[in-house]
Amino acid sequence: MVTNITNLGRSGLSDWLIQRVSAVVLALYALFVVAYLLFHPNLDYVTWSGLFSQTWMRIFSLLAFISMAAHAWVGLWTVSTDYLKHTGVRFAFQAVVILAIFVFLVWGVQVLWGA
Amino acid sequence: MSNLQVSVYRYNPETDSAPYMQEFQIDTQGRDLMVLNILTMIKDQDSSLAFRRSCREGVCGSDGMNMNGTNGLACITPLSDVVKDNKLVLRPLPGLPVMRDLVVDMGLFYKQYERMQPYLQNDTAAPAIERLQSPEERDKLDGLYECILCACCSTSCPSFWWNPDKFVGPAGLLQAYRFLADSRDNATQARLAELEDPFSLFRCRGIMNCVAVCPKGLNPTRAIGKIREMLLSNAT
Repeated sequence: MVTNITNLGRSGLSDWLIQRVSAVVLALYALFVVAYLLFHPNLDYVTWSGLFSQTWMRIFSLLAFISMAAHAWVGLWTVSTDYLKHTGVRFAFQAVVILAIFVFLVWGVQVLWGA
Repeated sequence: MSNLQVSVYRYNPETDSAPYMQEFQIDTQGRDLMVLNILTMIKDQDSSLAFRRSCREGVCGSDGMNMNGTNGLACITPLSDVVKDNKLVLRPLPGLPVMRDLVVDMGLFYKQYERMQPYLQNDTAAPAIERLQSPEERDKLDGLYECILCACCSTSCPSFWWNPDKFVGPAGLLQAYRFLADSRDNATQARLAELEDPFSLFRCRGIMNCVAVCPKGLNPTRAIGKIREMLLSNAT
């Protein structure tokens, strides 16, 4: 029995599913933003902030941020368990990654709803 | 006729402080020999060279090694398949502790195999003669039962190199699926539960090194995908 307590889903199956679903969300979000920028070559602040003032865009963005947070947690946790053999170093790395993800997520929410 | 330049990994823990490469010149007389023949010819020059071999026809799985950077069975690998610029570099299977020269300690590899409980488990009453299987059910085992446990696949897998104590590796997972797919086995839930954590199966990143090196032409990546499908349909 292999145990694990610092990965996101507490299970390889759920981590694997989270990784794939979040990848799809991030791909859709990236495609949307790139397409939006291509269709608005002379983009100004009013149009850009108008886009982000709409509720659906805020929901879509928050979904993308949460997907990014989950994707990064699963991915970097995997990298740390592959390459960092010293338990103290590995745990410290995981703690820093999770803290950074938390900070960026809260900051993202503040940016989306603060403007 | 130029001689084949063979470079062989040497390490005797009783006398050497570190491994080193030893050079040999082998006259093949222009024949396309198997790599194992070359090792036998080297052994005639230097009897201290240690390597495993038994059946010399790709059935026993003893002489898995790394030949010019690719894992395979020395006995069924012709020189024409691996030799480049008249040079041949022979190393032990990567990732496992070297006991001596080309002989590695397969303990971790077997431990993972044992963990997969590679035998039929069925808690229903045994029939008078035998558990029958339809030809279609038997067909599902093709491409799974042929594994000879040579370890060429698992030792070519970076995930197995980094976590050989936790990641089962392609060979063990192929065998896990061999019993999951067997209609006579009903320990499916217990087998799946053993594989659900982030390491045992999910450390597979699908790079398919295992498929590229398998001397029997098997496809552990596909078996791993099938187990993942079983886990997913079991849990959603």
